Amino acid sequence: MATSLQAFIGQLLPLYPELVLITIACTVLLLDFFVDRQNKAILGWYSLIGIAIAASMTIKLIGLGGSFFGGTFLLDPFSAYFKLAFYVACGLGILISMKYLDIEDIHRGEYYALMLFATSGMMLMASAGDLITLYLGLELMALSIYILAGFMRGDSRSNEAGIKYLLLGAFSSGIMLYGMSLLYGVSGTTNLNGILAFLRGADLANPVLFLAMVMLIVSFGFKVAAVPFHMWVPDVYEGAPTSVTAFMSAGPKVAGFAVLLRIFAHTLLPLQDHATVILAGMAVLTMAVGNIMAIAQTNIKRMLAYSSIAHAGYALVGLAAGGPDGAASVMLYVLIYAVMNMGAFGVVIMLRRSGARGEEITDFSGLGKTNKAAAFLMLIFMFSLTGIPPMAGFIGKFYIFKSAVQAGMVWLAVVGVLFSSISAYFYLRVIMVMYMYEPKEEFSLVQSPALALALAISVTAVIVIGVYPSGVLEFARASIIGIL
Amino acid sequence: MLELIPNQLGFPLLSLLIFVPVIGAVVLLTVRDARAARWLALVFSVVELGLCAPLLANFDSSLAHMQFGESMPWISAWNIHYKLGVDGISVLFVALTALLTVISIMVSWTAITDRVREFMVALLFLEAGMVGVFASLDLFLFYIFWEAMLIPMYLLIGVWGGPNRLYAAVKFFLYTLVGSVLMLVAILAVYFTAGGTFDVLSLMNHKFGHTFQLWAFAAFFAAFAVKVPMFPFHTWLPDAHVEAPTAGSIILAGILIKMGAYGFLRFSLPFFPDATMTYTPAIMVLSVIAIIYGAYMAFAQTDFKKLIAYSSVSHMGFVTLGIFSMNSQGLEGGILQMINHGVSTGALFLGVGVIYERTHTRVIADYGGLASKVPVYAAFLMIITLSSIGLPGTNGFIGEFAILLGAFQFKAIYAVIASFGIILGAGYMLWLYQRIIFGTITNPHNEHLKDMNLREIVAALPLVILVFYVGLYPNAAFQVIHASADNLIKHVHAKAQVLPAAAQAVSTLVGN
Repeated sequence: MATSLQAFIGQLLPLYPELVLITIACTVLLLDFFVDRQNKAILGWYSLIGIAIAASMTIKLIGLGGSFFGGTFLLDPFSAYFKLAFYVACGLGILISMKYLDIEDIHRGEYYALMLFATSGMMLMASAGDLITLYLGLELMALSIYILAGFMRGDSRSNEAGIKYLLLGAFSSGIMLYGMSLLYGVSGTTNLNGILAFLRGADLANPVLFLAMVMLIVSFGFKVAAVPFHMWVPDVYEGAPTSVTAFMSAGPKVAGFAVLLRIFAHTLLPLQDHATVILAGMAVLTMAVGNIMAIAQTNIKRMLAYSSIAHAGYALVGLAAGGPDGAASVMLYVLIYAVMNMGAFGVVIMLRRSGARGEEITDFSGLGKTNKAAAFLMLIFMFSLTGIPPMAGFIGKFYIFKSAVQAGMVWLAVVGVLFSSISAYFYLRVIMVMYMYEPKEEFSLVQSPALALALAISVTAVIVIGVYPSGVLEFARASIIGIL
Repeated sequence: MLELIPNQLGFPLLSLLIFVPVIGAVVLLTVRDARAARWLALVFSVVELGLCAPLLANFDSSLAHMQFGESMPWISAWNIHYKLGVDGISVLFVALTALLTVISIMVSWTAITDRVREFMVALLFLEAGMVGVFASLDLFLFYIFWEAMLIPMYLLIGVWGGPNRLYAAVKFFLYTLVGSVLMLVAILAVYFTAGGTFDVLSLMNHKFGHTFQLWAFAAFFAAFAVKVPMFPFHTWLPDAHVEAPTAGSIILAGILIKMGAYGFLRFSLPFFPDATMTYTPAIMVLSVIAIIYGAYMAFAQTDFKKLIAYSSVSHMGFVTLGIFSMNSQGLEGGILQMINHGVSTGALFLGVGVIYERTHTRVIADYGGLASKVPVYAAFLMIITLSSIGLPGTNGFIGEFAILLGAFQFKAIYAVIASFGIILGAGYMLWLYQRIIFGTITNPHNEHLKDMNLREIVAALPLVILVFYVGLYPNAAFQVIHASADNLIKHVHAKAQVLPAAAQAVSTLVGN
């Protein structure tokens, strides 16, 4: 009996990081009963410890590669890279939430539990070796985030965000399942390697295959907020609690790209010729709509929502470019994007005080005088989002466009850099408002050690990756080799 | 073929030149007092200027090679190196950058009272970026510095500029950015076509296909022509100059707009000689248009600063005219004229700044009759005006003369038209001087004008000395430039092959 239990536990080894997070999430729900309303931040720190343990396990497991549980669960450098990215997104997300939840008066334990559930869902997506596992991970993530988006129960905008995200998300899940079932119907298997093996010998002109591929693109396009499946983004981003918006713009988007890469750089590789055309077209549309619509926004959360659409467009350029470098560039890009965007939201959150929403861009007026440190951080994040060296955002874009040129898609690179220049206009406006406008009124920003820590981590990452990208870059490049 | 001569000094001089201002900026961030910030910034910029002494003293002007070379791997996955070196084309610009930064800090001493520390930090970061642009021998590294410079310059204009500063700052940023990103794509294309290298020296030796050259040259041109700025990409310059604080204008006119022309010399010509030959006639035409148009516009200006901004457009037309004459006189004259323009236009903006700080107006009509009140200022402005016109004995004469000589050899008509530009230049500059300095005082506010103080005189003096030093002994500058310029022109002619499309241009050249 003992030995079989040990054997069972031993078999679970590849799942340890996920199991740790889920266990922590469940205990957070339990502990919530015993923690006072003023001290809910303890649960946040407790969750962070869980993330740290999971991260150390993931790092230990990098050596242990292979597929488990009948090929449904993969451990490879690729999944390890994305899991580490999720830990960063979730960790930063928790750090910037703590104080904010107090101010919004929505500090409840299940917030952290949902963050952890969502993160374990993303991890499952990155590790999925089977369409079923993939779908399970995706739904675990999506359901948690639907709830998080509507977490401010008393606020109609938050409710609207939750409902809108749920309805459209359910719709996209339906399309995804339809696509998956078509794929299963043609190939006779849900295993990703099996599908790849089938496609290598199959008649690729089969319209059913094409239909399945398009449906997958549509549904993942929804998750990563690619145009024309982006309609939900501005409303949901604006309505959701700002800390959730920050997490949404980083976590699920990165997870969406993890799956897109796994599917299009691996499983559906034989269909690449068809996919490239669609992905490239979507990239252009996404960059265009995201960047142009962002110009007109006056609300910083809506502006960052459109900016997040635009950034999905750049990542799609890398995906369309294909090949090892194209895939690695997407991986590097989404990680850099997650870090700098979380940082920007961290500053946005500082402006939220009781009695003032602090979401209009004009609320930043004169921040360069009243709070030099916050303004300077925002300046760095804005220039990084624009893609100006020596910030990390430049390295990310550089690699994306480099892969596009390498793949012979110079036109796509040109379109990309031009839209990227347009983006300078609305990012610069934030800087302009901060440094070149007079302060409207004297006010103090919300500050907390956790928020300061989150900002310190992101700004350090943005500058270190910007000046010396080799470490992360080599990791991304090495990780992609495993799946190609 | 150009080589990189390793640095023999025992300390990494070029790295120091790049990082001393960065260290200065970081140190400055720790002080709170405005006075301390001014002095610290001055100390760091003077140390930087001091570092130029070993640079110029140890520079071997008999060699065309890259000197004080430093190289180490940086991002090995992309074959990117941290590679620095200077030759006769770039070494003087490094020194000019250091000098103009010191002067900029001195003229901002009392002019900038708001957020002094941040101002000085931006200025020092800008200096690091500018030195980096001139010293980089890796395209990626170059691009990093080239783009990074936009940030401090944007802030200098946008935060400390005039009433319409927001518009000017954004316009400056967007214009330059659009040009630069097109160059970025071309840099990537060059990288892959040449087999995966950003190394400038090996790219100089790579032979690119003709069609590729035409495209890549055009993309590099987008970045450099905006920066120069060449007609018709110049519209950001008057706005930026008028709104920028004095220090910003000095740096902008003195260094930043030289980088476009420097880019032509360092990258466009040696990388894409065939395309250069093909495009040369068109660029020559744009250059003479810039000369005449800039001068014509300068006549119409009522704003002191805007007039000088348009004169810059005209003068930079001479520079590109010289460079694309494709002979050694024109090229060397073009390079020298870049230095000259940096000195004299830098000094002119200094002059604007001095008088603006006292009167808070830049409208020319508000002046008049200043000679009796501010004799030192009048004398200073006279010297600089004459230098800008190109009077023999001043630096401006030498450069313009060499350029006309070169242009005449290329095609006489360009030289003829360009000489009209010189006459117009004399016209608007002397008229400007007359309206400001001569006559009687019409504006009662000018009755109690104070003359230049010691700080301003000290700031202006090095520029005045340079005006006469280069004017009377031009060989000192030509000597430094000559070997590299000569090598460049030979390199271009040797590498350019006669192709049907380019035949016209080449035959014109050989025929002369």
